[in-house]
Amino acid sequence: MIRQNGPFLALCAVLLVGLILPLATGATAVGFYVEVLLGGLMAGVLYSLVALGFALIFKASGVFNFAQGAMVLFAALAVARLAESMPLWAAIVISIAIMIVLAWLIERLVLRPLVNQEAIALFMATLGVTFFIDGLGQTIWGSDIYAIELGIPKEPVMVLQGLFQGGILVNKEDFVAAVVAAALVVGLALFFQKTPTGRALRAVADDHQAAQSIGIPLNRMWVIVWSVAGIVALVAGVIWGSKLGVQFSLSQVALKALPVVILGGFTSVPGAIIGGLIIGVGEKMAEVFLGPVLVRAFDLAGGGIENWFAFMLALLFLLVRPQGLFGEKHIDRV
Amino acid sequence: MTITFRKAVGAAAVGLALAATFATSPAFAQAKEQFFPVLSYRTGAYAPNGVPFANGYVDYLKLVNARDGGINGVKITWEECETGYATDRGVECYERLKGKGPTGATAFHPLSTGITFAVTDKAFTDKVPIITFGYGRADSVDGTVFAWNFPLGGTYWDAADMLVQHVGKKEGGLAKLKGKKIALVYHDSPYGKEPIALLQERAKMHGYELLLLPVTHPGVEQKATWLQIRQQRPDYVFLWGWGVMNSTAIKEAVATAYPREKMYGVWWSGAEPDVTPAGEGAKGYNSLTFMAPSGHGAVHKDMIKHVYDKGQGTGKKEDIGEVLYNRGMAGAFMTVEAVKRAQIKYGKKPLTGEQVRWGLENLAIDAALIKKMGFEGFMAPLSTSCVDHHGGATAGIHTWDGKKWVVEKGTVLVADSQIIKPMIKASADKYAQEKKITKRDCAKEAG
Amino acid sequence: MLYRENGQFKSTYASDQQMLPILQDRVFMLGLVAFAFLVVPFVVSDYVFLSLVIPFLILALAALGLNLLVGYCGQISIGHAAFMAVGAYAAYNLALRVPQLNFLVVLVLAGLIAAAVGMVFGIPSLRIKGLYLAVATLAAQFFMDWLFARVKWFTNYAHSGSVQTAPLDLFGWVVDTPARKYLFLLSILIVFTLIAKNLVRGHIGRAWMAMRDMDVAAEVIGIRPVYAKLTAFAISSFFVGVAGALWGFVHLGSWEPLAFNLTLSLNLLFMVIIGGMGSLLGSYFGAAFIVILPIVLNQVPAFLGVPISTSMASHLEFMIFGALIVFFLIVEPHGLARLWAIGKEKLRLWPFPH
Repeated sequence: MIRQNGPFLALCAVLLVGLILPLATGATAVGFYVEVLLGGLMAGVLYSLVALGFALIFKASGVFNFAQGAMVLFAALAVARLAESMPLWAAIVISIAIMIVLAWLIERLVLRPLVNQEAIALFMATLGVTFFIDGLGQTIWGSDIYAIELGIPKEPVMVLQGLFQGGILVNKEDFVAAVVAAALVVGLALFFQKTPTGRALRAVADDHQAAQSIGIPLNRMWVIVWSVAGIVALVAGVIWGSKLGVQFSLSQVALKALPVVILGGFTSVPGAIIGGLIIGVGEKMAEVFLGPVLVRAFDLAGGGIENWFAFMLALLFLLVRPQGLFGEKHIDRV
Repeated sequence: MTITFRKAVGAAAVGLALAATFATSPAFAQAKEQFFPVLSYRTGAYAPNGVPFANGYVDYLKLVNARDGGINGVKITWEECETGYATDRGVECYERLKGKGPTGATAFHPLSTGITFAVTDKAFTDKVPIITFGYGRADSVDGTVFAWNFPLGGTYWDAADMLVQHVGKKEGGLAKLKGKKIALVYHDSPYGKEPIALLQERAKMHGYELLLLPVTHPGVEQKATWLQIRQQRPDYVFLWGWGVMNSTAIKEAVATAYPREKMYGVWWSGAEPDVTPAGEGAKGYNSLTFMAPSGHGAVHKDMIKHVYDKGQGTGKKEDIGEVLYNRGMAGAFMTVEAVKRAQIKYGKKPLTGEQVRWGLENLAIDAALIKKMGFEGFMAPLSTSCVDHHGGATAGIHTWDGKKWVVEKGTVLVADSQIIKPMIKASADKYAQEKKITKRDCAKEAG
Repeated sequence: MLYRENGQFKSTYASDQQMLPILQDRVFMLGLVAFAFLVVPFVVSDYVFLSLVIPFLILALAALGLNLLVGYCGQISIGHAAFMAVGAYAAYNLALRVPQLNFLVVLVLAGLIAAAVGMVFGIPSLRIKGLYLAVATLAAQFFMDWLFARVKWFTNYAHSGSVQTAPLDLFGWVVDTPARKYLFLLSILIVFTLIAKNLVRGHIGRAWMAMRDMDVAAEVIGIRPVYAKLTAFAISSFFVGVAGALWGFVHLGSWEPLAFNLTLSLNLLFMVIIGGMGSLLGSYFGAAFIVILPIVLNQVPAFLGVPISTSMASHLEFMIFGALIVFFLIVEPHGLARLWAIGKEKLRLWPFPH
């Protein structure tokens, strides 16, 4: 066991040491360290939500859905613009309906004709879908910056001032987001474990042909799973949009979810969550603590290492543990 | 052999179709029209800022046609081309539009520092002026090297210099900046990197510490940046953002409790789309404002009367008078004035880019002219020459009070040319050497 | 009836192994090359050269390189613009620091440097494949973007991070007008196409294809995966690196790291997939499709005289572009090259299909 997982454990050890190093060397105040940690976790929650959509679709239909980010943008735009003329809850309900229609259309027009094609062709098709949804979203909803008002105060609060020097700044918004994400994961877990549809989905994920032969309608399952992914995208979009505003750029967060699914394993729901948290914390820590060191050492023009850090981390993981943290052992290895 | 014939016919057909698509319509050939190319971005990550600017620019051209019947009887025509703020698309748009109209393009406003860099060396062969007012390359002030670039009204070196002077004054003298920390949060592109050279130069002089915090395109990920600001606690934050990056920066400043009063944006980081998404949190945020602050003046009344009331407006009537709208109008105004100026020399007919350049090099926009054209309070006087393509830069500071931009009274900032001039010369010389350009002799051209 | 190889007998090994075994193909190809060299420079406008033909030629070269990797060796990369960037910056620094070098030498050296970097990022392919590898190559993309933006030496300490190049001078022949640029690029593309064609039908190309079709079987028949995969990465990166240097020097003239961003990588992959994986001709089709389509789509409304706002036109462009990609994938998953092949097959039987 140890022998087999040796490199993996070594990598984990290095990461842990890297995580503790800034504290151990006394280079930073404890309060600030905790803030960075929280900031990373918060970013991680959002990555997780996008990655969750990826993982769900990949699990059920084997499609690597690049359009997940575009779906996040589309859903957020729908909520933001609809909420201008109706209460927020109504906007969300209507947007969910829109996402389900979108999922149905994608299944009907894109996935079904491409059934049995190679994975790469399906991947490229989702790239095409990305372009289409980006254009459609901006045509229908506009390309300005829109706000989603959840009614949570944005001013941070200082806590634990007695315990740490300088205290810790926290945002209520972040906690709400974390709670929503947790609730979503629990809900999904229940859905997959307890409902007949969830069981059917798991069967489809395990073996398409076997599932079909016992009478599970594959096409309908795909619509359901794309709808669920659409709803997850909506939640991610609303949380992210209320923090940063809804704009075209939102669709680019999808990229950050790629290393997350690699890390967590393509098919694992808990993997997506934990992978997201690791990537979120890892990149913020790297940027804040490692970045300035690199800049000084090599006389760089500014830091910004968080752009590639997540991908490099994912690459290292791939080399020592290709199935990811929680992925299925059976993997197409060379 | 027929097979090759068949293919040849096919190829010819394709060629014809292409030619038909891309050929300029010969109908223009004799018309008395001046063609204005418009590079805009109404889509993508920078659309919130690109749209009002483009609206202002195009509306002013409409106004000149509707109110004055064109420029001294020469009708203005224009065509928009969407760049999406992407350099390659911008270059394609430039190539597409440079030859249109009876005399070719009047002048380009690339509206992106990246596109400016890319078209700068093309302009030498195409002989089309590139107007980058308030952006572009700082060293292109030097008209002897950058014969076709016009960074009218100010460059990023001017802007950075003004901001340092301003915060120096706040501290009670530039000497007091010693030991202070200034963070530059910048868009990670040529646009954001331009001011660094000057800020470093000033840091050497005054002894403040400069923190460089790049933000990757498009700028929605700034958590780590602001955590660093929280850690380092700089005395001032200079914001060099564009598009969604600006509002995100202000939101993150709220989330990390960095006082907005200590934040100063460049003139591209101080418009309505930058602050309104942050809501109440943006209150107290400052930015440079140059030439065209928000609000209405005489020209806006004309605009409503001649354009919007006739249903010809490009945008929404409520949006007239926004910062970027006004700036787009000012940009069109300067270009039109340059054409007018050149018409004095070359006659009241459609002019080529080269003739318009003469107008741009001999611009004399004084207070009287500004007042006459209804731009009072929206522009500073400009006067250019063959050597100086910049015409003088002044700017003020305005602050967001939660509802509108309020210009700080009595603050007029002028960049210190003693610092900037040698930098421009060094940089322009380096460019001339890399590109193997022979300098113009302005004295000879005048004579 | 006319496109038929009846009666063309092969009596020597040489004639059996020639690149275009059918007479009509040879005639057509020669005619096409002659047309491209002798006619095109005189009839095409500068705009078409600068906005369509020159980008097409360079991106066709890059797509060719990527196709060697994706189509022939079966290794996916969504980070190939990074190797274009390596080529461009390598060429920039070579030309700047060793000004005596002729540009052709610079080009080859830049390609070799890109090949070396490509091999390093190809190492993960020895352990992973498919979509996992795709994500791994994204690491190359983002790392290179960062590297060239941050390490000042690469951009010769330019304060804006943007670099400029002087017009090319080849033995006194200055490549500055659009037509000259076109001729220069066309010659390079033809040379590289010949190299690629001979690589893929030679020993090394067969090794790649065996690796693509079934890696275990390939290993059993004595093809070393390390050798096959790393050569594919190296040669592919060489092509792409040369294309990158040309993109910087000939097409852009001045550029920043953003010029080689993820969008370009994805576009390259589109070219390969839409054009046809494992087809050199397909790379050309794909490049033409991806270069021309957005520009034409953007101009169609104005051309037809439809009053449509600029923003609407560009949103529509996005949508139509996306829809067309899906459409082509559905209609012909093997790309435009397959459609071409089908057309040729039909032509052979025409006009008597039975």
